[in-house]
Amino acid sequence: MDVSVWRGDASGGRFQRFEVPARTSQTVLDVVAWIQQNADPTLSYRFACRVGMCGSCAMMVNGQPRWTCRTHVDRVTSDGRLEIAPLRNLAVIKDLAADMDPFFEKWVTAEAVFHPARSRDEAVERVNPDDPARQQVDAAIECINCAICYAACDTVAANPDYLGPAALNRAWTLVNDTKDAGRTAVLDAVSGAGGCHNCHSMGSCAQFCPNELNPMNAIAGLKRATARRFLGG
Amino acid sequence: MIRPHRSHPLWFAFLLHRVSGALLALFLPAHFLVLATALTSPQALDGALAWTDNTLVKLAEFGLVFLLAVHALGGLRLLALEFLPWTSGQKTLAASAVALAVLVSGTFFLSAV
Amino acid sequence: MLGMKLYMAQRLSALIMAPLVIGHVGVMIYAVQGGLSAAEILGRTQGSVAWTLFYGLFVVAVSIHGAIGLRVVLFETVKLRGGGLNAVTWVIFLGLMILGSRAVWAVTVP
Repeated sequence: MDVSVWRGDASGGRFQRFEVPARTSQTVLDVVAWIQQNADPTLSYRFACRVGMCGSCAMMVNGQPRWTCRTHVDRVTSDGRLEIAPLRNLAVIKDLAADMDPFFEKWVTAEAVFHPARSRDEAVERVNPDDPARQQVDAAIECINCAICYAACDTVAANPDYLGPAALNRAWTLVNDTKDAGRTAVLDAVSGAGGCHNCHSMGSCAQFCPNELNPMNAIAGLKRATARRFLGG
Repeated sequence: MIRPHRSHPLWFAFLLHRVSGALLALFLPAHFLVLATALTSPQALDGALAWTDNTLVKLAEFGLVFLLAVHALGGLRLLALEFLPWTSGQKTLAASAVALAVLVSGTFFLSAV
Repeated sequence: MLGMKLYMAQRLSALIMAPLVIGHVGVMIYAVQGGLSAAEILGRTQGSVAWTLFYGLFVVAVSIHGAIGLRVVLFETVKLRGGGLNAVTWVIFLGLMILGSRAVWAVTVP
């Protein structure tokens, strides 16, 4: 198998080619690990759980953002050639490890953090699973923070202030969460210069989300909620 | 420009909406200037209108009506996505917008020739 | 870059234009049959308050919509930022308003 791996850091770099033995049921992360263990121990990359839960191993595979631990090689290449690069739209720390700081800082900027409504002395808020707002939360809540949507989004690429699909998707879950007391703060935060109104609904976030979430729909929900508030409804 | 992470229907719908919008905005000043000659020199307006009898110009007008129709219909899809929670079937709606725009501009072209 | 107000202006102008575009395309398909002449167009439109209002509203909406739309393209594709971006947005809006108003006046008023 002919594998090109991006090598370098924030100042630049280039692709380096490795010949890697093909195996059955081989994942892209297996390929990267094989190179690091057998060909070049200086290769840097990031992973933890290897089972699609932690969201740390996302990379660009043949130009598309993928969770490498759950991406089988034979699903993304037909001619035995792989090109593996760090996630798009983020600075590179070294080789395949992208700098996730801006991605997580934008979660905070979007107020995509829990705003508690009750103290420990009060009873726990009841959550009704049949409530339509709760169903909006449930549809969007399984995000693993892998930044694949962020890497896929051309609006992120074109607009450095844009908060991005993941942060806005998380904000949408909080707007609909009866346990969260920060609805006004969230709607304010997503109405700023880099907020939800910059989304062009090109849908790459939903196309590539490994957990099959639809941040585009969540962002449309935020647009609706902020527009209703703007019109005084 | 068509990179691997962009090769899906809604990205092409976005591209079509952006390109059609930009081209329409660039066409508008010319459209306004020609119409304004009705005031200053009606002969010039007739001259401009006679120019549109040219088959090549007719084809360009067909393109223009297509751009207008596809931008309007694509825009209605986006408004439906954002304001009516019409979230499913976006790819079908985007394809329908293109098909309907071809129908509308085709009707215009057949009327024009 | 697109805050709440510009977003609402963009979507509301789009909503206003939705029926106007349908009307405009209908008129075009009707009017283009048998060729176009200045006399035919102006005979239909000049002196008509209804057409003045129809196309007057259209020009206002398209000036807002076109200026904001091009603003986004200039920001994202041409990387125009800050005061320059705001200035160009206003120039596009005012330019379309002036040229459009002149055209509506010429075709519907005298």
